[in-house]
Parts: sequence; C-alpha cells; structure tokens
Amino acid sequence: MNYFPDEVLEHVFDFVTSHRDRNAVSLVCKLWYRVERFSRERVFIGNCYAISPERVIMRFPGLKSLTLKGKPHFADFNLVPHDWGAYVQPWIEAFAKSRIGLEELRLKRMLVSDESLELLSQSFVNFKSLVLVSCEGFTTDGLAAIAANCRFLRELDLQENEIDDLCGHWLSYFPESCTSLTSLNFACLKGEINLAALERLVARSPNLKSLKLNRAVPLEVLQKILMRAPQLVDLGTGSFVHEPDSETYNKLKATILNCKSIRNLSGFLEVAPRCLPSIYPICLNLTTLNLSYAAGIHGSDLVKLIRQCVKLQRLWILDCIGDKGLEVVASTCKELQELRVFPSDPFGVGHAAVTENGLVAISSGCPKLHSLLYFCQQMTNAALETVAKNCPNFIRFRLCILDPTKPDAITMQPLDEGFGAIVRSCKQLRRLSMAGLLTDQVFLYIGMYAEQLEMLSIAFAGDSDKGMLYVLNGCKKLRKLEIRDCPFGNAALLTDVGKYETMRSLWMSSCEVTLGGCKILAKKMARLNVEIINEHDQMDVGPEDGERVDKMYLYRTLVGRRKDAPEFVWTL
Amino acid sequence: MAKEVLGLELTELRLGLPAPGGGHSIAEKNEKKRVFSEISGDRNKTQVVGWPPVCSYRKKISLHHEKDDHDHLQRSKIYVKVSMDGAPIMRKIDLSMHKGYSDLAVALEKLFDCFAIGDQALKDAESSKQVPIYEDKDGDWLLVGDVPWGMFIESCKRLRIMKRSDAQGFGQQPTGNIKDSRLSK
Repeated sequence: MNYFPDEVLEHVFDFVTSHRDRNAVSLVCKLWYRVERFSRERVFIGNCYAISPERVIMRFPGLKSLTLKGKPHFADFNLVPHDWGAYVQPWIEAFAKSRIGLEELRLKRMLVSDESLELLSQSFVNFKSLVLVSCEGFTTDGLAAIAANCRFLRELDLQENEIDDLCGHWLSYFPESCTSLTSLNFACLKGEINLAALERLVARSPNLKSLKLNRAVPLEVLQKILMRAPQLVDLGTGSFVHEPDSETYNKLKATILNCKSIRNLSGFLEVAPRCLPSIYPICLNLTTLNLSYAAGIHGSDLVKLIRQCVKLQRLWILDCIGDKGLEVVASTCKELQELRVFPSDPFGVGHAAVTENGLVAISSGCPKLHSLLYFCQQMTNAALETVAKNCPNFIRFRLCILDPTKPDAITMQPLDEGFGAIVRSCKQLRRLSMAGLLTDQVFLYIGMYAEQLEMLSIAFAGDSDKGMLYVLNGCKKLRKLEIRDCPFGNAALLTDVGKYETMRSLWMSSCEVTLGGCKILAKKMARLNVEIINEHDQMDVGPEDGERVDKMYLYRTLVGRRKDAPEFVWTL
Repeated sequence: MAKEVLGLELTELRLGLPAPGGGHSIAEKNEKKRVFSEISGDRNKTQVVGWPPVCSYRKKISLHHEKDDHDHLQRSKIYVKVSMDGAPIMRKIDLSMHKGYSDLAVALEKLFDCFAIGDQALKDAESSKQVPIYEDKDGDWLLVGDVPWGMFIESCKRLRIMKRSDAQGFGQQPTGNIKDSRLSK
C-alpha cells in the first residue's frame, strides 16, 4: 500500500462513491484514512446530533455536498413535538465561517428558518443544489433569498415540506441571468404563483429536466410550459382541469405529443378525469407514476390510465384502486419494482379498499418487485406466504393494516407465520415494518432469518421482553429500531447495552420501560444520548424511577448531550 | 382508549307527531343525531395518536381533497331515490350536495323526520336497528360506508334504509380486537 503515491490512491478512491464504502476505505490504515478524507466530496450524516459541524469540517475540508437527517422517523406521525430540535442553522453558520465550498445541501426532517436559507444563499458562491424533504420552519421569503443569490443554482427540490406560503413573488427573484436550472420542484407550496415569471423562467432554462408544479398552476399554463420545455424528463402537473372541447385542451394534446422524454409523472393534485386521455401518449414510456395525491382519479379512469403504462417500474397510488385495479397493475406492469398503496382516507380505521388479494395478484404478476408499502384492510398468513414465494427479492417490505392488531382475516390466527415466511424467503431484506396481531414468535423469526435487516418498525405487537431480545440478539446489521405500544420493558432494554452503539438510534414509545431503566442505560453508556420526551411533567416534580416513560429516543453520538434540547426533552 | 367499530345503530322512530315541547322529544332528537354517525367513523373518538402511520403532510392534503371533491361535483347533480322500510313514500336526495358520510347521515335524518315510523320501535327498542344500503352500478346491494366517499357517489344508484332484521346474513364488516390494555391511557 505504500507503493502508490497518494494521487494514485486518490484516483482509485474516485471510483468508490457510496458513503459506506468510503467509510470502510478510511478504516484500512492511516494513509488511506488521510487520502480518503481529503478527497471526500460527499458526506452523509444520518443523525445531525451524532456529530458536530466543526468536526465534519475538520475532517473533510474538501466537502462539497452535505446530507443531514434530523428528527426521528416517527416525527412524521406527530409523535414528536415540533420544537424537538434538528435545527440546520448551526450547521450553516459553521460552514459559512469555514472555507468549505459547499455546493449541495440535502436535508430531511430538519427545522429550517428563513434566516438559515438567507445565510446559505449568501455564503457559498458555487452553491448549486438544495433539496428539502419533510422540513419546516421557513417561508417563501427564504426561497426568494435562494432564488436571488445563488447565481449558479441548478436544483431546488422541495418535497413534502410545511412551508408558510406568503404568496410573495419568490419566483420573480430568479434573475434574468439565471439559466442554469435543471430541476425545480415546488409542488408542496399551497399558495398562488406568479405564472408569468414561471413561464419566463422555464423559457430561459434550456437544461430543465425536472419540473413539479403546485396546484395553483392551471392547465393553460402547463401547456405553455410544455411548449417551452419539451425536453422534460420528470413532470409534476398542477391543476389538471379543463373542458375537453376547448382550444386549450386540444393544444395540450398536441404539445404533449412532442414531449417524448417524459419518464416520470406525478401531480394531478386537482384533476378532471375527462382530461386524462391527453396524457395517454406519454404513458407508454413512463417508468415512474405517482398518483398518490390524485384523489380525483379513480374507478375506470384510473384503470384505463394504468393499462397504458406497460413499462412502469415505480407506482405510487391510493387504495381506491381496489384489488381489481391491482390485478390490472399485475397484468400490465411486468417491470414493476416498487409499489406504494396509500389509504384514501388516512384518518379512518377500516376503510382501506385493498386486501390481501390485491397484494397476492401483484406478487404473481410482478416478479421484479423489491419495494413495497401497502396500507390494507386485512391480511392473511396464506397470502404472505404466497407473496414470499413469488417475490424473494424484497429489500423493503412495509405492510400496514388499518386496524393495528387484526389477526389473519380467515383463520383468526396471529400473522407470525406470514411475516416469518417473508423474512425467511427474502434474504436481502433491509427494511421491514409489520402490522396485525403479532406475538413474540414473529420476532424469533426475524432474529433468526433477517440477516440483512437494517430498519425495523413495530407497533402494537409482541407479548414480552423476549420479542425485543430476539431482534436485538439476532439482527446483526440493525441500525434503526422504532417501537410503539409494545409490552417491552427494562429487561429487554438493558440486556445488551453495547448493541446500541452499533446502531444509529432506538425509539420506544408507550412501552413498558421505566425512567429508572433509562437512567441505568444512560449511566452505563457514555456515548449514547438517552432522551426522554415528557410533555406533561416538570423535571423536579417529575415522575418516579418506577414510572413508565412515554417516549424515549436514544442515539449514539460523539459529541455528548445536545445544547439545544427544549424543556420537555430530558437527556439522562 | 376504547375503539368504536362501524356499528349501525339507529334510534327508534315513533308513530305520530312529535310531542309538543317537552324534554322527552328533545332528548329523542339528540339521540337521533347519532343516526348514521358511525358510518363516518366518528373520527374524534376512534383516533389513536399517530395511527395509521401516514405522514402529516399527506393527511393534510387529503383533507384539502375532500373539500375539492365537493366543489367539483357541485357542477353535476346526482339525484338518487331513497326508500326507507316502513315509509309510505320514497324521497330523492342529491348526493353531490354532500361532503361525506356524516353529511349524508344528517340529510337522511331530515328527509325521513316527517315519517315517524314503526310502533314496534317502542315495543322493542333493542332490535329496531336500521341499516343503510345502496345499489351500485352492477346492480349489487352494498353496505353504505365501506368505500371512500368519492367512490361511493360515483357508483350509487339508489339508497335504501333497511330494517336490521331483514339484514340477516347481509354480511357485516369484519371487526378487529384492539387489546384494550395497550390503548387505554
């Protein structure tokens, strides 16, 4: 290894792109660690509290792209208070002070302020790409700053964020000199958009490949935009409503025929089914179709649309497609790799329109399926066993039955055997979330067979501490474990405390762990932050050690307890 | 937290005009407000925090959509006949005027208010339960409340409020059992 000059090593490392591989490379020897850290351009940080921005800057002075994740996953379901933390501000401040030439920032579940966005836009001359997923805390004023100041901006991608839309003209802040945009996604904005500014922006962006509009963009404007940007690969429509006999609609039909590059289609936030035939010509070449926000498309319109999409690899839909609709998917989309079926009524219990039959149909028609998210009314062991046999290639398998402790709909048995079949058959399974009536047995299976499992989500399952122990002992590659409403207590939590340093995080809410148990754990493991979220009690008149803890979140960290924890978060 | 599942209990309807003033009839009126309320799933009571695990962004969008469906469908009226067992005359209702099942429930109550029916209601309070069903495009009779609202109004051709005793073997919703110990907080 000493035979090669550093430049050669660096050149070889250029081909090593995944952050895990680069992490492995850096562990080989001191020389490799040194060469690797100076040549590393992309850094991924799965938990923003595991490390400090200063240490990242010190280790990777050549950093150009930073990915940060903040709140725990269950924050998506309102289980984490809004001001829990995960602020991006200290990161941007630290980077701004340093000599890092940041070009790309990707954030997930973080709190972002307008001030942060402004600072970001002013501090990095070559800033090119901002991707915000499930973030909140900012307004369109922050977007205006990004638009105005980032002269070489290529990508502004806003996915499912809670943004305060002040209906200002943030789009107009892109200067006339800005012609470098390749990707613009503002579908999650709720307010009005300066349509003229949008059209002009598209007209001067010849490299625009991805455009996702919000519902304020009407069909007439979509038509004009598509005229200007026939090179689009990725399109998210806004409002898709018009009279089918109108001149506008006919123009749209003609324009779409010219858009031969579209491979990914989404949007239809507002839609008149009678306008759908206009997109049939592009359906033939689609590889991704996301209709999960298109509540207006259902029944025969939905089925007719799906029948056109023979090359589909990724499909996101609402459960109003029904089992029969899924059979159409199974017979049409032979290349399908990822399927997500969301509930049309995400509040109700017992209203899902798909059952185990739809899933079985998909598994027999689509052998390439490797990623699944499926919200259903009911499930059976027999169906899961069939699915396991038909699709042994699952990497992600997430099943949710709307009634969380429902047994096998036919035999009334727990669903242990069904999920057992899945983990036994799918040897590459990395992510699993389960539903239905489940005993400790299913966890025994998971511990025994799920050797590649990295993330496990459990709710309302198990009988005793043994369940959790099977998983902790068996799943050697486990990184994230999130548990709610299960009878796991201190014995399970404390049996193998060293395990948690091999994982990113553990979430337990409404389980049997007590404050005392958490304290013991925190005392033993200095490099873990054990946080209790307690929104009801004060620290000094607080709960006794014997009391159950409502929400516990623990994670490994190199920088000790965080200094920005709010009052209701206690780090033990 | 006790969990309610789709039960379909109606309070009884009386023969004759409502009693003039008096607490009794007011109490009955309040009870009647529960008519069909279970169809809508009575969201406030049945919700477990963070369940189903759908991200809050998506949940907010779907609320927005419910409003939208209402706006769109206002453009074309959907009149269907409604019959109630024991009522001498059928009524008609415009489904496009309603936002959801709970809305429909209130409207149906009002429709048949004037046809106070069934002496047997008084005699046998327990068994005087009624079941709303509808005929779909294929000519099949289905239980109201199973499918999303948008799907329902697209396929509903007529409505019937049937006596529970006639509904034997009609097939009820499978119910799950939530272990109370976990949810009672």
